[in-house]
Amino acid sequence: MSIQLKVNNVTAAVDAPPETPLLWVLRDLLHLRGAKYGCGIGFCGACTVLVGGQAVRSCMTAVGGVGTDHVTTIEGLSPDGLHPLQVAWEEMDVPQCGYCQAGQIMSAAALLQLTPHPSDKEIDAAMEGNLCRCGTYTRIREAIHQAAKMGAATSTNGAAIPTSGAAIPTK
Amino acid sequence: MKIDRRSFLQMSVLAGGGLALNLYRSPLVEAQEPTAPADLTPQAFIHVAPDGVVTIMARASESGQGMRNMLPMLIAEELDVDWKDVRVQQAQLNEKVYGRQFSGGSANTPMGWEPMRRVGAAGRQLMITAAAQTWGVPADQCTTRSGRVLHAASGRSMGYGELAAKAAALPAPPLASVKLKDPKDYRIIGHSQAGVDTHSIVTGKPLFGIDMELPGMLYASIEKAPVFGGKVKSANIEQIKALPGVRHVLVIDGGITLAAYTPWEPGMEPGIAIVADTWWQTQEARTKLKVDWDLGPAAAQSSEGFATKAAELLKGPPGSTVRKYGDVEAALSSSAKTVEATYRFPFIAHVTMEPQGSTAVWKDGKLEMWSTSTLPADGVALVAKTLGIQETDITTHMVRSGGSFGRRLQNDYLVEAAWIAKRINVPVKLLWSREDDIAHDGFRPGATVGLKGGLDAQGKVTAWRHHFVTFGDGKHATSGGGMGQDSYPAGFPPAYALYTSMQPLMLRTGALRAPGDNAYCWVAQSFLDELAFAAGRDPLEFQLDLLSNKKMAWTSGEHDAVGDHEPTGASVLIPERFKGVLELVAEKSGWAKRVKQPGRGMGMAAWFCHLGYFAEVAEVSVDAQNKVTVHRVWAAGDVGSQIINPRAAESMAQGGIMEGMGHLGQEITLAEGKVQQSNFFDYPMMRMPQTPAIEVYWRKTDYSPTGLGEPTLPPILPAVTNAIFAATGKRIRTLPLQSNGFSWA
Repeated sequence: MSIQLKVNNVTAAVDAPPETPLLWVLRDLLHLRGAKYGCGIGFCGACTVLVGGQAVRSCMTAVGGVGTDHVTTIEGLSPDGLHPLQVAWEEMDVPQCGYCQAGQIMSAAALLQLTPHPSDKEIDAAMEGNLCRCGTYTRIREAIHQAAKMGAATSTNGAAIPTSGAAIPTK
Repeated sequence: MKIDRRSFLQMSVLAGGGLALNLYRSPLVEAQEPTAPADLTPQAFIHVAPDGVVTIMARASESGQGMRNMLPMLIAEELDVDWKDVRVQQAQLNEKVYGRQFSGGSANTPMGWEPMRRVGAAGRQLMITAAAQTWGVPADQCTTRSGRVLHAASGRSMGYGELAAKAAALPAPPLASVKLKDPKDYRIIGHSQAGVDTHSIVTGKPLFGIDMELPGMLYASIEKAPVFGGKVKSANIEQIKALPGVRHVLVIDGGITLAAYTPWEPGMEPGIAIVADTWWQTQEARTKLKVDWDLGPAAAQSSEGFATKAAELLKGPPGSTVRKYGDVEAALSSSAKTVEATYRFPFIAHVTMEPQGSTAVWKDGKLEMWSTSTLPADGVALVAKTLGIQETDITTHMVRSGGSFGRRLQNDYLVEAAWIAKRINVPVKLLWSREDDIAHDGFRPGATVGLKGGLDAQGKVTAWRHHFVTFGDGKHATSGGGMGQDSYPAGFPPAYALYTSMQPLMLRTGALRAPGDNAYCWVAQSFLDELAFAAGRDPLEFQLDLLSNKKMAWTSGEHDAVGDHEPTGASVLIPERFKGVLELVAEKSGWAKRVKQPGRGMGMAAWFCHLGYFAEVAEVSVDAQNKVTVHRVWAAGDVGSQIINPRAAESMAQGGIMEGMGHLGQEITLAEGKVQQSNFFDYPMMRMPQTPAIEVYWRKTDYSPTGLGEPTLPPILPAVTNAIFAATGKRIRTLPLQSNGFSWA
């Protein structure tokens, strides 16, 4: 069954049963491998992407339910990797293994959209669903503050990301 | 430079540079002893392009410890180039060219410190020789700076890029002959350099094992028996083959021999491999798979049964004596005071964020693998043995992994991917589900420990008796479940005995970050805290006093004198270093002036393992519902003379502390042979709101630099439980915390 998706402002048609988790459509059909599989039950946050600007666990989101909402993945957060969160993450050298970090950044992007200058408590509450097995939480918190200072909120929005480009080739 | 192996360099430093780990960690020790000295050449590691861009090969696997930075930084420093001009490339597996390529036992720093710098210095020497020949001047009049050779007398200079072709044709100087920089001149070592993969990580580039894609690749998943070694009797294979996307359904007979002792690599686990067009299809197919299992003898195992047997063994005479000196029983009976306690710690799992998996392709009798193994050479040997092929027919690419923590030292998933690839002749990516990953981990084994200690009238330790009830066949402890003769505090009490008893275990166990030490430290440092309390002495002063009165030599030899800059091969505790980190952490945490109040307290602990020393203090509060909050942690580490990449080192220490806190709340249990935990809801990890402020301090000493992956972890467990005691008067002698009615806030 063909499903139309708008991912990172590119329209793509994918052939998958509607109950297929968005994560596996992104990774294996659209070849966007930034979102990661960690638990499959929405408990770790490694698969976090934005759907209609909201942070969702793509491992628990049926592709058939996405509809016309824009999907933004880490690959689409910024075309050049210069989103303030990405810049801050690099400045703070946040990652150790790095596997969870795309999900962390996407959760942080959703947070800063609603709360441009979050307190530690607000960060903790927003980021509680994202596990980091390496324990880089201190730096994630620092990097979110840093990005907030740089004004991440102004550029974090699925709809605000440049719209152009050909359809993503499907497998 | 192109790869040129004409100049075979004898690397006695590397060959003899024993990577001193405790001998009981046999897989790691094995891994650290190359059968022959590697013939390392600068040409193998360094490539300089005509435009001056320097590519440095990273030889070790990367799973988050920063090996792709640390080792190339050592080369770049002595090559005398700017880090901004360096590109790091992951080397393929080829130990004849690169030397040992593994990441485990915190060994890459001690193993790489000397040889990697010498490789860089030899590369620099080649550039100088090439320039001196070009100019017709003596080489000793030339200097280098930022990738250029300079001749001050004539004011001439040439970039390495211009000299590369000429330098590549020169014979490399013997590594032992090259001059190394004075550390005060370091411009890369000791200066924080961001992870070479960080930009790719934050932009979501395919980088990890799970991200591998090959043309025409299929996806695989394996349904294994819920009990270790259980075999397939029958299954609805034809029905599964007809499901959407399913291409192959393969029965794996496996190669597990069940016995009281389960070896490090016990063989392939039986199961049913499903290969499909997408990974999700393999998972969908698994929900419809019906297997009749022959669960086998391991189905009789349970955590309850282990506990009952351990209690019996603890009461009876010990199975064997690991270490004994002095008359322990006489010393205990004549002590002014004795303290007796039983400690229990559970099985725990690695639970790397990226579950296990691998990609492989079998074509024309050759196997190509993309491996996240941290011990890939062993993986190749195991694959060759299991598949009945030659190691020389296997090519291995080393791919970044989403965490190892010791899990990827075992190569079971690599063998599985290779086995499937050989059967189907199509590129295949195997990925375990989270549930697979927890159920089929190489677990950190649990244990029960009986302790008795004596104190004299002055409150000094008179004797220490330690009965360690672990798993194994009586002769061999299960992997990760042995205890060494010199395990602290052996050597310090005037009379000491370490006994061990074993019960059978049919389960894969392995090395989890700071194997053994991650639990033995908790036991020993908790019991020391008990003794200090019984003696009415401050725990810091009590332990410093114990450390000042060494009674017996180590069984594995004494360390060379202070100032010896080579690893000696003897992994033994140096009391001055142990005391040094305790004193530093006491100073930084304000230990002497700590306020004692109900519900809030500070605990201290220290440990030595993997050549590193760490002391940690935790400040906790415990509320009326026994909810525990760790507010602050202070850590003091001594890993020698140089912190190579300071920000990464600090992060590694903070991460070790977070993981150790996690261990306090984790437990794997068995019922009817089945692992009862399955995912993050019943196997919790620390989360951001539970993260304390963690301050890390370094005590620099004259010893050669050593690794950080492991020694940061062990002390935090007893630091927290000792702090809970200080706050509540309740002593935690069984982990996880929940079994005592405590939980994280």
